[in-house]
Amino acid sequence: MEYEIRPKEKLNLGIAELWQYRELFYFFTWRDIKVKYKQTVLGFLWAILQPLIMTMLFSFSLGKIISNNTQLNMPYPLFALSGLIVWNIFSSGLSGAGNSMVTNSNIIKKIYFPRLIIPISAVLVSLFDFIMAFIIFIGMLIYYQTDIHILNFIIFFPLSILITCISTFGLGCWLAALNIKYRDFRYIIPFMIQGLLFLTPVIYPLSLISNLKIKYLLALNPMYSAVELSRYAVTTKPLDSNLMLVSVLSAILFFIIGVFYFRKTEAYFADLA
Amino acid sequence: MKPILEIQNISKKFRIQHETQPYLSLRDSIINTIKSPFQKTAGSKDEDFYALNNISFNIMPGESVGIIGKNGAGKSTLLKILSKITPPSSGKIISRGRIASLLEVGTGFHPELSGRENIFMNGSILGMRKKEILKNFDAIVDFAGVEKFIDTPLKHYSSGMQLRLAFAVAAFLENEILIIDEVLAVGDAEFQKKCMGKMEDVTHSGRTVLFVSHNMGIVTQLCSKGIYLERGIVKKEDSISNIIAQYLHSEDNASFINETKTQQKIDLLKVQTTNNNTELKSTFKVDEEIYIPFKLRINANNSGYSLMITITNLLKSPVFSAETIIDNEDIVLKINKHFLTEGQYNLSLRIHIPNKELVHHYEDLLTFSIIDLQSDFMIYNVNNYFYGSVFGNYEWL
Repeated sequence: MEYEIRPKEKLNLGIAELWQYRELFYFFTWRDIKVKYKQTVLGFLWAILQPLIMTMLFSFSLGKIISNNTQLNMPYPLFALSGLIVWNIFSSGLSGAGNSMVTNSNIIKKIYFPRLIIPISAVLVSLFDFIMAFIIFIGMLIYYQTDIHILNFIIFFPLSILITCISTFGLGCWLAALNIKYRDFRYIIPFMIQGLLFLTPVIYPLSLISNLKIKYLLALNPMYSAVELSRYAVTTKPLDSNLMLVSVLSAILFFIIGVFYFRKTEAYFADLA
Repeated sequence: MKPILEIQNISKKFRIQHETQPYLSLRDSIINTIKSPFQKTAGSKDEDFYALNNISFNIMPGESVGIIGKNGAGKSTLLKILSKITPPSSGKIISRGRIASLLEVGTGFHPELSGRENIFMNGSILGMRKKEILKNFDAIVDFAGVEKFIDTPLKHYSSGMQLRLAFAVAAFLENEILIIDEVLAVGDAEFQKKCMGKMEDVTHSGRTVLFVSHNMGIVTQLCSKGIYLERGIVKKEDSISNIIAQYLHSEDNASFINETKTQQKIDLLKVQTTNNNTELKSTFKVDEEIYIPFKLRINANNSGYSLMITITNLLKSPVFSAETIIDNEDIVLKINKHFLTEGQYNLSLRIHIPNKELVHHYEDLLTFSIIDLQSDFMIYNVNNYFYGSVFGNYEWL
């Protein structure tokens, strides 16, 4: 095996190298999941309780008003949960990935491995929480005796998760790289996530908004399409294909910008950390 | 046979930014851009600094090489480039084997995880495959001597146990090239002996080892070849004994010559550190005497002035001072052998009438180092246990 170490020249994703280090994904993800629930009494139950409590809170506070004013095609708790389980992947994945390079700076400074493994693992951790919460989601579908088309669900729900992962990972990488240079992002990230929750139709339907310009503006948010698709998987309530296209394109754009910015700057992380 | 490592014209440039913090804040960047939009970076007091300047050397398979040099010579930067943590600014390195770098033991250890889990975590960060870890698992636990606590969270381990576990994982790396930075022997005396034994096995097992240390004793024991770095360039590449001999004779900082033409009552012209053969040196062995000749100029018939020197250690604490009345333009101070312990020392100097008049005060005029190849305390230099700056003058009764 012969290889070279030289100044960084061309930009690529380094997929081959990531594959070589594939076991590290498992170890980083496994470590973070273990540490997350160590010394808690309820353990993995928290992954279920968090979205459940959020759903209850939103149902009590907003449920009535929203159900009375719009056509949801499903009970509000199910509406909120279907948005929240997807949203939670994004919010916990983004804060995990965004802070990952700083929290692991002691490792970055001392040993080499493809840096992308760290933010990817952070997103994988939030996917694990999602799988736990998914059980509740299925339970609620049964409780409300929702009439779903199985094929529709099998196609569009995973698609929604895929878009979530792409946008979480892209934005997460971008923020991780920025965070290691400008520590301001440690404070910006929580605000960003909180703000985006209100700009994404997670707890309210987009049909509440009538202004088309504002609708397009909100669709620039990559999570818009993910949340809408997760509901489409359950109700088959028709989607606005133009808005969806804008949102999916923006997810892909964020992914490309994020990953390439990360790859472009990663060589100097150890000097900055 | 082809070299296993070819280092070709490697340079590493750092930009020293005066006036800025270690990491940027977004506000600074924005404000700087607003203040001076046409400059690339504000302040423009940047200065390029070469930590490594166009260095080249080859390492053959199976060689164990000691990299020697003073603080700031570029050793750590070289290791960081070799372990791919930071890229070189120019040049390239061709490697024909898997490199494992141990710039620290226990990288990635997490206090909440058990000993068992940490072995897997640390091992895989160091580049071991899961099956390699499984194969060596029992040997690692045995070497560290932590069988009983293997499923206890690491935070309940003593610091000694943590270090032993960390070293044990590293000791079982199977990579062709090992890069080791001063981390090797840890723990109590018995475990240190075990570590040294393991390290000797490794160097004699046909693997290639690059080793950085200030401890000449250990370097001599483990390495066959030496590379001497000085201010970012390879000064010499030779057998380890020749390299150490030259390192001990290096004249770096061994003399201070006053070029400012001051005209005070008494001026300092020159200070040097030499051995008893008046040979300029800045590194001394523990059993060597240090001669420090001072050359002064007495400009008028002044009396009552004295020369006071203070030796400080790396922590900037004074170790001792010596004072004498100036009655001659040539004064020599001799520091007896077996007095200062291993480490780096600075010499500061005052010419004054005590508590009355200060003529000159020079801070950190000269720097010299003591290395310890034979004292009883030598073993403690390895794990950075600071046992004092001087050997005590005592007897056990």
